[in-house]
Amino acid sequence: MIIHTQEPILEVHDLTVSYSRKPVLWGIDFTLPSGCIAGIVGPNGAGKSTLLKTIMGLIPPSSGFVKLFGHPLEEVRNRVSYVPQRESVDWDFPVSVLDVVLMGRYGKVGLLRNTGTRDRSIALDCLDKVGMSPFAKRQISQLSGGQQQRVFLARALAQEADIYFMDEPFAGVDAATEQAIIGLLREMAGTGKTIVVVHHDLQSARTYFDWIILLNMHLVAAGPTEQVFTEEMVQQAYGGRLSLLSQVGDVMEKRAFPSRES
Amino acid sequence: MQHFIDFFSFADPNVRYVVLGNVLLSASAAMVGAFILLQKKALVGDAVSHSVLPGICAAFLFSGSKNTALMLVGAFITGWLALVTIDYIAAKSKLKKDAAIGLVLSVFFGAGMVMMTYIQQSGNAAQSGLDHFIFGKAATLIGTDLVIFSVLAAVLLIAVGLFFKAFALVAFDRPYAEALGYPVRKLDLLLTSLTVLAVVTGITAVGVVLMAAMLVTPAAAARYWTDNIRRMVAIAVAFGVFAGLAGAYISYTAPAMPTGPWMVVVSSVIAFLSFFFAPKKGIVPKLYTQRKNQRIIAEENTLKMFYHLGEQNSHFNGGRDLTELTRTREVNETLLKTTLRRLVSRQLLETKGHQWALTDAGYRKAARVVRLHRLWELYLTQYMDIAADHVHDDAETIEHIITPELERELEHQLGYPERDPHDTEIPKI
Repeated sequence: MIIHTQEPILEVHDLTVSYSRKPVLWGIDFTLPSGCIAGIVGPNGAGKSTLLKTIMGLIPPSSGFVKLFGHPLEEVRNRVSYVPQRESVDWDFPVSVLDVVLMGRYGKVGLLRNTGTRDRSIALDCLDKVGMSPFAKRQISQLSGGQQQRVFLARALAQEADIYFMDEPFAGVDAATEQAIIGLLREMAGTGKTIVVVHHDLQSARTYFDWIILLNMHLVAAGPTEQVFTEEMVQQAYGGRLSLLSQVGDVMEKRAFPSRES
Repeated sequence: MQHFIDFFSFADPNVRYVVLGNVLLSASAAMVGAFILLQKKALVGDAVSHSVLPGICAAFLFSGSKNTALMLVGAFITGWLALVTIDYIAAKSKLKKDAAIGLVLSVFFGAGMVMMTYIQQSGNAAQSGLDHFIFGKAATLIGTDLVIFSVLAAVLLIAVGLFFKAFALVAFDRPYAEALGYPVRKLDLLLTSLTVLAVVTGITAVGVVLMAAMLVTPAAAARYWTDNIRRMVAIAVAFGVFAGLAGAYISYTAPAMPTGPWMVVVSSVIAFLSFFFAPKKGIVPKLYTQRKNQRIIAEENTLKMFYHLGEQNSHFNGGRDLTELTRTREVNETLLKTTLRRLVSRQLLETKGHQWALTDAGYRKAARVVRLHRLWELYLTQYMDIAADHVHDDAETIEHIITPELERELEHQLGYPERDPHDTEIPKI
């Protein structure tokens, strides 16, 4: 069940993604309206992070395309912000919390210029929004998991983008941080920002998101939460009736077969 | 002393050349090395320094003379080729990066050695001294070489300065850099080229084999002194410069001594000292902190003995002898004696013949430790639902680290209790 929106801010069109020829996402096709908090939900290995990375241009798709604000990503990069998984970086790196948040300004200042006082005040502002301003000077290795996530969020905020893609922002954070983050996301959505979140907890998904993308290697359902997030759809995504799909993928990998004929 | 003055007056042009060459090469190597280290590519530096050898030999074979500029070009080409090969093998084959590095390093260096042996056997008179490129010979530096090195070092300095922010971003969070639209692949290629350049500047003075050390060691040492990337690069450069100067000075005072290897030895000593003595991160300061903690624990436990004995007959200031003390708690007698002596010198205990007794200050401290112990036991039973007979061991540790603020909070949460889970009184101070 896929419900499209009339004026999409994000359009994912017939997207197929493969890792060394093995398709991990098959023909994903959905749209998102602006100002929503969308959750990408699905079981382990469903390709949730892969979908996010492909939208961000970090993994080239085998076929299909992604459009943001009606344009390819290259043309609208400064309106798009990305929050990678917390574990993807080395938290022993010799930088302070403020340094990390300032990285959010790097896209705006460009390759060679340095960040200035205005960037600094924006960064401090964003730290304040996530409740981390007392930690600005702290070295990042001294942070807890929840604090690390808040810093990543502040860095994304510093980009002043219109659409935010977040990879598992609630993974391994304490309940207080989870509530603080979701509160902040709602506030952002209230001002017209669009937020796409990879999430794996079904219970909270219903209350957190107003748009759901239910994924299990293929798109099971996409649309407003109350319409698509039904028992039946969840069963379909988590039911594990798709072992054939991964078996075909295995064969394609073994025989080095392309996912499209041409 | 005379050596020292002669050396540092730089009156001898040879000294000038060697010192300037060394400083330039070690500073630029350390600067690039910092980013190699942060990108976790330290081994790559080793591979590239070995891989410049075939380029040097090829340049010699091509020109028939030891033309420095040409050799640097040759070195740059093969060094760069080696790095590209490593990346290609790691990306396109089943081999992992470590295997790719090992493979490329040995193949390139092996090829270089074959070519060098061939040149040496060929009877070409110009070849003498070519083997200096393996371990380096700073004394062979001449004025024209220095011009080339200065240019290379300046290029490195400017490039790293310009792309500092970008290199740091890529090293910390590569996907994010890509998502921001940073040309990550081009930046990789740039850092690769800078690495090769840094190695190339060092081959005359330090040689190909040891150049990897000059790349990575100063940066690794610097990491121990700071958590700020800018300071880390600055410290690495300072360490590199010091090693360069020291290497030159040592071979000046003892002419039989080679400059390059001494530079490496000096920077290794710096790294060694950093690993052991850097504040906070070094091994010795860490051991010292541990020792200090052990001492605090021993002292507070000893004071507690007096308090517990005092509780038995409500006579807290009474004198106790060694046998009485050792009965309350299993303890090493030598440790107890030294701790008692320390407590006396800190005026927490006073001696009465062969006995010891709490002073007023000692009593307050002892009561506080016992109090924290019992408060924590109570907290564990009430808030964490741990059985009363399981809380003692945990409280034995926690009692030593609770700060006055935590103590107030603990008391507040527990509602200012009078008695602990074992129904003994919680002392008030």
